[in-house]
Amino acid sequence: MMEAFEILFTASFWVAAIRIASPLIFATMGELICERAGVLNLGIEGIMAAGAFAGWFTVYSGGDLWTGVAVAAATGAAFGLLHATLTVPLGLSQHVVGIGVTLLATSITYFTYRLALPTVTSPPKIEPFQPLPIPVLSDIPILGEALFSQTPLTYLAFVTVAVVGWGLYRTPLGLAVRAAGENPAAVEAQGLSVTAIRIGAVMAGSALMAIGGAFLTMSAFNSFFFEMINGRGWICIALVVFGSWRPGKALLGAILFAAFDAYQIRLQQVTGGVVPYQLFLMLPYVLSILALVLVARRATYPKALMVPYQKGER
Amino acid sequence: MRLEPRPAPGMATLVLLPLGAILVTVLAASLLVLAAGASPLSVFGLVLKGAAGTQFALLETLTRATPLIFTGLAIAVAFRAKLWNIGAEAQLYAGAVATVVLGTGALPLPAPILVPLLMIAAVSAGALLLLGPAILKTRFGVDEVVTTLLLNFIMLLFVSMLLEGVLKDPMGLGWPQSQKLIAEARLPRIITGKRLHYGFVVAVFSAIVVWIIMKKTALGYEMRAVGHNPTAARFAGIPVNGVLLKTAILSGGLAALAGFSEVAGLKGNLTLDLSPGFGYSGIVVAMLAMLNPLGVVAAAIFVAGIFVGADAMSRTAGVPSYIANVMVATALLTMVTAIMLTRFKVRWR
Repeated sequence: MMEAFEILFTASFWVAAIRIASPLIFATMGELICERAGVLNLGIEGIMAAGAFAGWFTVYSGGDLWTGVAVAAATGAAFGLLHATLTVPLGLSQHVVGIGVTLLATSITYFTYRLALPTVTSPPKIEPFQPLPIPVLSDIPILGEALFSQTPLTYLAFVTVAVVGWGLYRTPLGLAVRAAGENPAAVEAQGLSVTAIRIGAVMAGSALMAIGGAFLTMSAFNSFFFEMINGRGWICIALVVFGSWRPGKALLGAILFAAFDAYQIRLQQVTGGVVPYQLFLMLPYVLSILALVLVARRATYPKALMVPYQKGER
Repeated sequence: MRLEPRPAPGMATLVLLPLGAILVTVLAASLLVLAAGASPLSVFGLVLKGAAGTQFALLETLTRATPLIFTGLAIAVAFRAKLWNIGAEAQLYAGAVATVVLGTGALPLPAPILVPLLMIAAVSAGALLLLGPAILKTRFGVDEVVTTLLLNFIMLLFVSMLLEGVLKDPMGLGWPQSQKLIAEARLPRIITGKRLHYGFVVAVFSAIVVWIIMKKTALGYEMRAVGHNPTAARFAGIPVNGVLLKTAILSGGLAALAGFSEVAGLKGNLTLDLSPGFGYSGIVVAMLAMLNPLGVVAAAIFVAGIFVGADAMSRTAGVPSYIANVMVATALLTMVTAIMLTRFKVRWR
């Protein structure tokens, strides 16, 4: 029993928690931007898969790591454009289009993987991002190690949260994005185009989701394999609700969630196979559902979420 | 640009737009085939031949269509009431688990009693699994999209746990698979020696029953009313939450029948790869059928044909069979666009 408790005070546990949180942070911020602009993006799971492959494949074909990140982001933005074209000006069901984009992005990814690497049996590896300890700060016990001895992509995840938070609440553009999700008619009255704002938000958000996927193949692991996203995208949608559509709260949610995930992996080793391992693997999904139930009653959805906007209509 | 409702779409619109959707799908797939260094014409020829060119191919397509009819119906009834059940995959496995638990010797009954009993058990399991998210939605306002999606992952892990634990076949040489069903629990084959089984007949029959429920009963009317406008339905005195729960029971039960029919009709036992995403493909089937239960049968055969044909094609032409998944996903997106365009006209300024 003591053992299970001591895990919480080891640096390696918190390092793992922050690492597990990183892809979730990117994708959660991406989904949050889309939803704040009024568009539910269920393409997230497939866009993460596409980003994971695009980034990894760029590096595998001889590209630079940061080029890989850029290619992943561009791939995500392209799928975002597809999603936004169908849901914003054409006003199609965001549920159906989102699932469609997930199916399409996933299948194109798998098709391309099989086409590019027809014969491989074990997934080929790349040289991923290496940890980059920040001098002095990383010497702080536990907390310093956990936060400041990560790979550059993890730092970028935290920077993303700050930029999204600042951008949404402190810039005219952010105000326009939030208004597009709350009261699109008011945005139009300002002489701004709701359509353009929503399309832009979905593209930017999808780019972040794709970088979240790329984190898995380029920082957490070093190869791409099928079904590696494994529901992370859906979990991020739950995290956005849990975080009440606020970047800071969503960040806390992602870290809390990742800490539970890192904890269950270590608890598995402590319990030594008495409890079926599948029960531990279920925990993240069960936890996401519980989180949704907890906040559902007081959740304040963006008022125009999933409501298509037609200019001049009331 | 803006959208204007078409007062009454002409026949030409109703025919040409879906045809256009299929054309766009084929064109998109052709690009991928060209990227793979093959000729689209010969590849699509092979797909067609593999799907319907021989008696074997045709029977194989109908066999593959069977679970898709069930999951397609499950999605069609749920989406009609705007209950976003994306968890047909989990409900399918729930049905399969119920079938295996009771059908491997626990109930030594003759086939005419055992088979219907297994179907009832499967339907109950699937219905219960979807009732959870439905109650969370009606009681606590939890969005059912995320909960049903997450349940897919939980259910697969649960099945994996069962197959490595209590349901593990002791004679399975260590493979995570269940015991075979007893002979009385199996659905017979329609043609001896071929894989097509009576699950297909049950599926088509279910489609007719669901069509009658949707078109001719008060429940069907209420489901459509709730899907169309829940607030208006409430004012009209329709118990919206009750209707949603009934929809969940119907939808979850139908999806579970896919699991029952795959185990009892085709595979004989439960493994972790029982469904290559039938629950997700069911969404495509339902949308292609425009949520019409009878249309689901045709759409399921069409989608199954693409999968079976692409499998056969990839063995000879060397184009990855994932092209089928790409085509099916593209068809979903182009078709919902086409359906929208039959009802609205795009005006550029």
